[in-house]
Amino acid sequence: MSNSLYQNLAWLPKAPADFATRCRSLTQQKDNFGKRLQALASHALEENELIRLAKTIGRARESGFSFAPMTSFRLGLISNSTVDFIVPALIASMARYGIALECVSADYDQGIQEALNPDSAINRANPDAVLIALDYRGLPLRAKHGNPEEAEATLRAALGHVLTIRSGIKANSKAACILQTLAPPAESLFGSLDRVLSGTTSSLIDALNLGIANSAAGTEDVLFDVARLAETVGLADWHSPAQWNMAKLPFSNSFLPLYADYVSRIIAALRGKSRRCLVLDLDNTLWGGVIGDDGLEGIQIAQGDAAGEAHLSLQRFALALRERGIVLAVCSKNQDEVARLPFRKHPEMILRENHFAVFQANWNDKATNIKAIAEELSLGLESLVFLDDNPVERALVRKLLPEVAVPEVPDDPSLFVRMLSAGGYFESVLFSEEDVKRADFYQDNARRVALGKEVGDLESYLTSLKMEITFQPFEETGRARITQLINKSNQFNLTTRRYTEAEVARTESDPNFFTLQVRLADIFGDNGMISVVICACRPESAWEIDTWLMSCRVLGRRVENMVLLEVVQHARRRGIRKLKGRYIPTGRNNLVEHHYAKLGFTQTRQEDDGTTLWELDVNGASIETAPMVVHNVGFAMEEA
Amino acid sequence: MLATEIFEKLSLIFRDIFDDDAIVLKPELTAADVDGWDSLSHIRLVLAVEKTFHISFSASEVARLKNVGEFVNLIGSKCS
Repeated sequence: MSNSLYQNLAWLPKAPADFATRCRSLTQQKDNFGKRLQALASHALEENELIRLAKTIGRARESGFSFAPMTSFRLGLISNSTVDFIVPALIASMARYGIALECVSADYDQGIQEALNPDSAINRANPDAVLIALDYRGLPLRAKHGNPEEAEATLRAALGHVLTIRSGIKANSKAACILQTLAPPAESLFGSLDRVLSGTTSSLIDALNLGIANSAAGTEDVLFDVARLAETVGLADWHSPAQWNMAKLPFSNSFLPLYADYVSRIIAALRGKSRRCLVLDLDNTLWGGVIGDDGLEGIQIAQGDAAGEAHLSLQRFALALRERGIVLAVCSKNQDEVARLPFRKHPEMILRENHFAVFQANWNDKATNIKAIAEELSLGLESLVFLDDNPVERALVRKLLPEVAVPEVPDDPSLFVRMLSAGGYFESVLFSEEDVKRADFYQDNARRVALGKEVGDLESYLTSLKMEITFQPFEETGRARITQLINKSNQFNLTTRRYTEAEVARTESDPNFFTLQVRLADIFGDNGMISVVICACRPESAWEIDTWLMSCRVLGRRVENMVLLEVVQHARRRGIRKLKGRYIPTGRNNLVEHHYAKLGFTQTRQEDDGTTLWELDVNGASIETAPMVVHNVGFAMEEA
Repeated sequence: MLATEIFEKLSLIFRDIFDDDAIVLKPELTAADVDGWDSLSHIRLVLAVEKTFHISFSASEVARLKNVGEFVNLIGSKCS
């Protein structure tokens, strides 16, 4: 699982099934080519898809397409293994980072000649950077075992080889060099002794890698730690002896997308394209559970609890990012005071309000909120990463704000940190005092900022969700979940009346009650039961809405409109003329203060405790619907 | 796995790698008959086949392949 997380670039959304067709249509028109290319490249593409996309890019270049607003970059590539697949993979992956790459590679194993000759293809191309991608199998790494002097000499020669290439490039083209460390072989000779015995391949590579890293430190050249990458995914998987023998591929071709993405993020960092701000969701992201419903005692954030530990490690990671200069912000669908409660009152929280520059907790759509965060921080949207456990929110932000990086996350919060880290959004080629001070520069006062105009076309997004809503009266199989929702929902809950399972059961057969349990499914899956309504018969052909609650997960999709429409239709069939609503404020349900007003009810009374009473004329009601398919299950025949 | 099934899957791989939806595989087809079937795309073919069929080839098996028919037979012998 963990290896495939890296191998499949699992933080990126999956490639569309019609990828080949989309590749073709990229070059069918010239408008907006750069943006469309970057959008397509931002999927998790496998080896052949990368090569296909690179061919498309090549054709576009030949036909004189404009790559704006992408940044152009020329990379030289020196290697002692086969790079014929690496070059197209780099060209395609770099588009993901908004870089239009041209790549010049030296002939097989011509590194030194290519570097030292001022007139070589690479030096003539005047590259912005040269990637020196050497494999240990092509370096003179042989020494007698247990002979430190000879090992030292071997090491000097090998490091000299790398540094000669590097200084040749410097002298002839002034390009920055990207120096790779070497992935050690999976095989050992002595076993664990390999690491300490002088002259073994393993100890020579260890020392050489250290030498390469030290030689890059403090210079304008940068390191690409391939050894670390290979160890991360596992050396036995990284090296494919068969593919080396067959075609001198330096690593298993299934890691081509990963390798190319790693090179791309380093080059993006060289061009100042690293991201600078992490925007975090709260419920089920920074802690387990929903603060508005579960309360301070109910959320999972304590040590000793597996889910709590997982969310704590995300907080720890976010704090570490902040300490290296990444700005933190919150974007959550919540009531502001409720959302701030854990930061103020929960003893186990690692993150506190003063770690955040902006704190957006409200019920508006997240795209509009994220735009407001970017504007407040004077950062471009392309500087932001947005982490949210909810796939619907992720897809919305990706669609409306494609510049924002939105990593996919697995269901298990234990893997949130790994996913966020594997995405490499904050790749950096240097670290300075300014980075440390940056967080303070942004004034971490967790301020709330006003929202601008709503962004993008929410309506077409709602349609794309292909929602299906199912209405059913209360019955035995749903009873437990209905009771649970009635006793746990605090936020979207008009009256917050709690009932026991026996009381719920009684309404099932009592003709004086009309009840609804509501389920919602969409392209991301089944959300299960998300809303509950209980209407009680009142004199003069009226229904009073005793209970109306909904899960906040499905806010902003006009589910409440569809629920009202359903209630109204049943009311009409039964000759009911009036719907009476009641809003009882509890301090936690401000969200629905204007619920009835928004749905077209008229206020009839306000009581001293803030409770408001509402009425709707059933026959005159006009309700704005939402794009979803409606299913009815289990309603009595006489209604039909 | 039936030879027809292998032919079908292999055709998809060929069409993807050579970006040519018109390719129709016949047992006697050789590298000389397909535009762009050079040593590198041969490696790509082999890697794609390994991935699709969840099998692996040795270097010598790959070197011995003369035409599509032999390729299909080799895949068949590993998938049984």
